[in-house]
Amino acid sequence: MTLGGFLNQLLQMLLVALAAPLLMGWVNACRAWLQNKSAPSLLQPYRVLRKLLHKDAALAENASWLFRFAPYVIFGCMWLVAGIVPVVASELPFAAAADVIALVGVFAVARVFISLAAMDIGTAFGTLGARREMLIGALAEPALLIIFFNFALISQSTSLTTIVDTLAHREFALYPSLAFAAVAFVMVLLAENARVPVDNPATHLELTMVHEALILEYSARHLALIEWASAIKLFAYCAIGIACFAPWGIAQAGDWNALPLAVLAAVAKLMIAGAGLATLEAVSAKMRIFRVPEFVATAFMLAMLGLLLSYVFEV
Amino acid sequence: MPLSGQLINVLAAVMLLIAFAMLSQRRILSLIELFAWQGVVLAASTFIVAYTTGQGHLYISGVLTVALKVVALPWILFRLIHRLNIRWDVETLINIPTTMLIGIALVIFAFNLAQPISQMASTITRSTLGIAMACVLLSFLMMMTRRKAVPVVIGFLAMENGLFFAATSATYGMPMVVEFGIALDVLVGGFIFGIFFFQVRETFDSLDTRHMEKLRED
Repeated sequence: MTLGGFLNQLLQMLLVALAAPLLMGWVNACRAWLQNKSAPSLLQPYRVLRKLLHKDAALAENASWLFRFAPYVIFGCMWLVAGIVPVVASELPFAAAADVIALVGVFAVARVFISLAAMDIGTAFGTLGARREMLIGALAEPALLIIFFNFALISQSTSLTTIVDTLAHREFALYPSLAFAAVAFVMVLLAENARVPVDNPATHLELTMVHEALILEYSARHLALIEWASAIKLFAYCAIGIACFAPWGIAQAGDWNALPLAVLAAVAKLMIAGAGLATLEAVSAKMRIFRVPEFVATAFMLAMLGLLLSYVFEV
Repeated sequence: MPLSGQLINVLAAVMLLIAFAMLSQRRILSLIELFAWQGVVLAASTFIVAYTTGQGHLYISGVLTVALKVVALPWILFRLIHRLNIRWDVETLINIPTTMLIGIALVIFAFNLAQPISQMASTITRSTLGIAMACVLLSFLMMMTRRKAVPVVIGFLAMENGLFFAATSATYGMPMVVEFGIALDVLVGGFIFGIFFFQVRETFDSLDTRHMEKLRED
């Protein structure tokens, strides 16, 4: 492990943690513009985080240690993911710690903890949210794995670094399997990040909420950490999508000359991804909760088809 | 692999995707639109094969596909459902996620079945044979899982799309005489099904195919 690579790793982790709320703000602003509303400031998520961090935490009387412990685990998981995914540089020292399968596992750990914490208080809403989260998660997780296997088949490796390198430096070829995987990935992203067709992050309507129901009992710094973690999660998902489907311009770790360009490319791609996400959210309607399994099953099916197609086209 | 081969592969993948979309579609109008799109993709792929291999007669069958499956049949079907005034959602016998899982199993079966043929073939379209067979099987599954007569007929027509695609990918199309014959059959079939729908509704007051079980002679 070189010092340059290590510095690069540190830089990226800080960058992701600090930039994640900005991406959230950008998506919210785009959505407001598309809905003909005046947009909140791009810095609004930072203001919310600051306000929450200054408040005193209120805990339910029967909250156990798990309830207080969970926000830190969730934040830690998401930050770890942010350290593994190549955002501006590939071949990060941390990337060796986890391949894409472990990455899915890290997401699963966060999901388990947030669901346990939601059930810990014993309110109806928390349990309801946890059950819905598990319903969606249990179906989205295999879909995400299969999507990653699509890349693994092409690059012969489950390590994100190798995947990015193979895809960024290949000669031009049309991969039908990747097109299928891309559509499936967008669907999983929407389901996992509680975006509009699956869940509406802007409301607390008890019939439909999933993510908001999970964190209803949290306040102050705990809530701040969870909100921040979900911003990082959205950022990490966008970064994974970019790294897999549009990996051009990602620098090698330790290559400081290529870094400015890589940062510019990453910012541009994230802005496009955020605007695209906001557009998708603006044009689609929130679906019934019982339609969600069908939605995620479709993502799974698409990813599976991609996998099968890559076998057929090999002969 | 040359670009045309890759394009054919992509179009084949889109064919399969549309077959799955039809399998999971609940609305009759969207089902007909999907059928028309499948025709467009089929025609595009036929034209590319014709251009790459220099098989002139494939141009004719491509034009036939556009005329019949993109324009004529969807138009007839649109007219029919307006006349019959059926806009309601399609009912399926098995729920849609299960249907899709069965569909994936069928795709695996078809791919396995076609693999030995694909390995021996030297045509540019050899890898799409499995997809064509999967399309046929998926349309068949759609015919079985739908209750109403109109989706069943659309499934039948989509199956013909799959067969045509299989012929293109295995042997660069069928002889012209056969192709014309099939085209005529499908067109006449479309008209006959139209009359058939009205008869079914006259007799049973519904287009539900389950009622036809009453026709049994005990």
